[in-house]
Amino acid sequence: MRDRELTVAQRSQAQLALRRFRRHRLAVASLVVLLVLVLLAFVGGWLWRYSVADLTSDESVPPSWAHPFGTDAAGHDTFAQVLRGTQISIGISVLVAVFATVVGTVWGAVAGYYGGRLDTVLMRLADLVLTLPLLAVAAVLGHNVGGSWWLIALVIAGLYWAYVARVARGVVLSLREKEFVEAARALGAGDARIIFRHLVPNAFGSIIVNATVLVSIAILLETALSYLGFGVRPPDTSLGLLVSEAQTAVQTRPWLFFFPGLFIILIALTINFIGDGLRDALDPQQVRARR
Amino acid sequence: MTAADEVVLEVADLRVEFRTDEGRVRAVRGVSFPLHRGEVLGIVGESGSGKSVTSLAVMGLLPSSARVSGSVRFGGRSGDAELLGASDSELSAVRGRGISMIFQDPMTSLNPVYTVGYQIAEAIRAHQDLTRDAARKRAVELLDAVSIPHPSERVADYPHEFSGGMRQRVVIAIAMANHPEVIIADEPTTALDVTVQAQILEALRTARVQTGAAMLLITHDLGVIAGQADRVLVMYAGRVVEAGTVEEIFYTPRMPYTLGLLGSQPRLDARTLRLHPISGAPPSVTDMPPGCPFAPRCPLAAPVCQAQEPPLAVVGTSGHLSACHFSDRLDGLKPADLFRPVSRDTAP
Amino acid sequence: MTRQPVLSVRNLVKHFPVRGRGLLRRRLGDVHAVCDVSFDLYPHETLGLVGESGCGKTTTARVLLNLQGATAGHVHYQGTELTALPRKAMQRLRRELQIVFQDPYAALDPRLPVNEIIAEPLRIHGLYGPAGRENVRELLALVGLKPEHGNRFPHEFSGGQRQRIGIARALALRPKVLVLDEPVSALDVSIQAGVLNLLADLQAQLGLSYLFVSHDLSVVRHVADRIAVMYLGRIVETGTSDELFSAPAHPYTQALISAIPLPDPRKERARERIILTGDVPNPASPPSGCRFRTRCPLFATRLTTPQRHRCTTETPPLTPPHSSPHHSAACHWSPAASSGLSGVIGDGSPRSARSMRGKGGR
Repeated sequence: MRDRELTVAQRSQAQLALRRFRRHRLAVASLVVLLVLVLLAFVGGWLWRYSVADLTSDESVPPSWAHPFGTDAAGHDTFAQVLRGTQISIGISVLVAVFATVVGTVWGAVAGYYGGRLDTVLMRLADLVLTLPLLAVAAVLGHNVGGSWWLIALVIAGLYWAYVARVARGVVLSLREKEFVEAARALGAGDARIIFRHLVPNAFGSIIVNATVLVSIAILLETALSYLGFGVRPPDTSLGLLVSEAQTAVQTRPWLFFFPGLFIILIALTINFIGDGLRDALDPQQVRARR
Repeated sequence: MTAADEVVLEVADLRVEFRTDEGRVRAVRGVSFPLHRGEVLGIVGESGSGKSVTSLAVMGLLPSSARVSGSVRFGGRSGDAELLGASDSELSAVRGRGISMIFQDPMTSLNPVYTVGYQIAEAIRAHQDLTRDAARKRAVELLDAVSIPHPSERVADYPHEFSGGMRQRVVIAIAMANHPEVIIADEPTTALDVTVQAQILEALRTARVQTGAAMLLITHDLGVIAGQADRVLVMYAGRVVEAGTVEEIFYTPRMPYTLGLLGSQPRLDARTLRLHPISGAPPSVTDMPPGCPFAPRCPLAAPVCQAQEPPLAVVGTSGHLSACHFSDRLDGLKPADLFRPVSRDTAP
Repeated sequence: MTRQPVLSVRNLVKHFPVRGRGLLRRRLGDVHAVCDVSFDLYPHETLGLVGESGCGKTTTARVLLNLQGATAGHVHYQGTELTALPRKAMQRLRRELQIVFQDPYAALDPRLPVNEIIAEPLRIHGLYGPAGRENVRELLALVGLKPEHGNRFPHEFSGGQRQRIGIARALALRPKVLVLDEPVSALDVSIQAGVLNLLADLQAQLGLSYLFVSHDLSVVRHVADRIAVMYLGRIVETGTSDELFSAPAHPYTQALISAIPLPDPRKERARERIILTGDVPNPASPPSGCRFRTRCPLFATRLTTPQRHRCTTETPPLTPPHSSPHHSAACHWSPAASSGLSGVIGDGSPRSARSMRGKGGR
């Protein structure tokens, strides 16, 4: 006699999720592209013969073998600049993702779990943060804080955690009444254990998906800030700054505008598609019928 | 051929397959049965047996991702018709009139924004030529027939103003409104309390008696089958594994699964010391073993069982069918003779 | 016999406030989920708590274990009063009072492997230690699972197996009392039987006391030594299993037994039916006096007007209708009730007694 249900090889939730992610071709392709961009930005940027501040004798040169992305009026190599800009965008996105996710998850989970007045207070605060006009606040803070990209990232994260908090709270609310939570309580588990060992891990799916959306928004926000002059400032550069500096050259020296813009779009798009793939992968309820 | 022998629904070699992420699910694998005029055919089975999918296939209510093959012939007032593959308009003419259906959850059958009276009247006027007033009067009569108290007042109430049991009775009233030839009841009492269940079964009986309809009663509850059915089909893993009159199935079962099912029931009339469970679990729907799907759990299993799936063959009287290579061995056996009263035999 | 009960519930009350929708969410009223429930659980016995949906049995089980606070009343476990116990002290007692839940699919954390699920109670109470792994393996074997099953995840198991995992988890701390909240209701019948046999074996092996909450009288008949029947938050009848089924005294119990279909065609079709009409009243505004009177066949057809008046104004206490010390029913008229009314399970021969219909019946 055999119970065939258990002859299937052991597969954890993570492995099943991975399998589902691999089926989402766009997401996998995006992941590859993004990894290439990251490698290019960090490894390539480090190895490339020119750095951001280098002034070469070639001024306003269109793309060539020596300068794949051309140069600007001062002789800066655009390729090096774009790579540097990409490094910063990725750095910002990682920082925002980590910070906003951690803070937002804890905030929302605690609010959702305890409910009542604590929930009301916490979520009103979060709502308050959400009502702040992001661009304006970021601009003001960015202006005062000035320059360094990681401070900009922190400013953005300091506004975006509230979105994550909302999502986390929602998921925790729906899981709170599930029997396995009640079971943990019946076993004598304390609140902290229930929140961090049971509720949050089960909320990961939704939170991570949300985090990827946040990341792409953050990159675009940084781009906007830098474009407006409130973000990253010279001598450092960012993709937004590059676009801003190149506005006047769109007709005459399109490469200065085109490449930074392309990279911005690529990064935002790939992260979005990866988010799509993650959502499909981490949603265990879906069993799609194939036509 | 007397009226009682007349076949009003004939299902032949019904097969239903779904394609999902997990693989091909063969939910129904060759089910055939006749339904005679006025009889109650009970289909009993546990989860994964395919009994609900069978009834949905008959009514054409499966999602478009389902692959359905076989034949379902309905012999209604307007003559014989093949239901499988029929167009939506052809099916709509049959649904609610020739064949009506009662589902498990009354809330999904009733529209919450219309009054109960409106919904019954609508069901009537969809198939019969009655004025609005006449239909409403008929609606009140139907509510009374299913024992809804104060029907002339309640007819103007909305579904949420009724309890679960009363909603189900409204659904039964709608089902009998057009004098169908066949009523399909898919787990009509499963979600309800047992005292309410008794009321519903009464209402179903009324529906049958007043309309003369045959009934396909699908349930996992052996007690309900014992009380209501004339003939019984036992389903397992997408197939009929035993068929017969209700007395044959309960008193002289000839398929090990049926015996197992009977032996594992705790009974109200006798306190047995140990129950006789069937060890293991129903087969995975995507990964069915070759041969008889019950073999992994069957105390009589032999190599022939894994090699060849037993056909549904006649045992005893002409109407009693069983799908087992060793059905003769089961003649006169009780569940306790076959299944041991174990507790820790979950999986080898 | 002067056995001491291991668990003693006295006058337990649980109300849930019904709040309005406005900004202030005023309290509109209360849902009387549990009203003045008292019973004892003796060592090594199984007490069945039976009733239909909304009767308060699940709430009683939760309040018993302090998973929800009681509005009033007392719960004594081996001398300790549980309802007012501070959190730390209750945490320690949780080792001795455990619960198995109804839904095997929701009661296990889907992200944890089975080993971790069973180990969790040990870890929480600092009992895991170097022998922890072995402990978990023993628990798996105790419920009929293999050691290799421990590395798997809940979704890889069938319903019956998940329920066994839930039982293993509940037994990890070697409790004395196990509350079983509809433990087999979500399982197929053929699987139910295995789990019920397991529970019986474990009770004998480990000397457990069970509070078995269920709506399924056939199952309760099989497992319980004594049974308490609940209706709309109150206990309406208690007695040993045999007493209750051979001579049910309360009209609701009689109707309940009558309604359960028997898997036996001849017997089933020969039975007399007591069919209740009407619906279960709103627990936020239960009927005055006897809560069952709105559906009671006795009230509707057999009682005189002054008798009915008593039903409407006085809540019937649990009183023994016969000389049996353990069998009591909450009905003013129960000695009269038990004679003449059928509904008990017969041997299939036609009954001479009339079948009863409630008010407005056909």
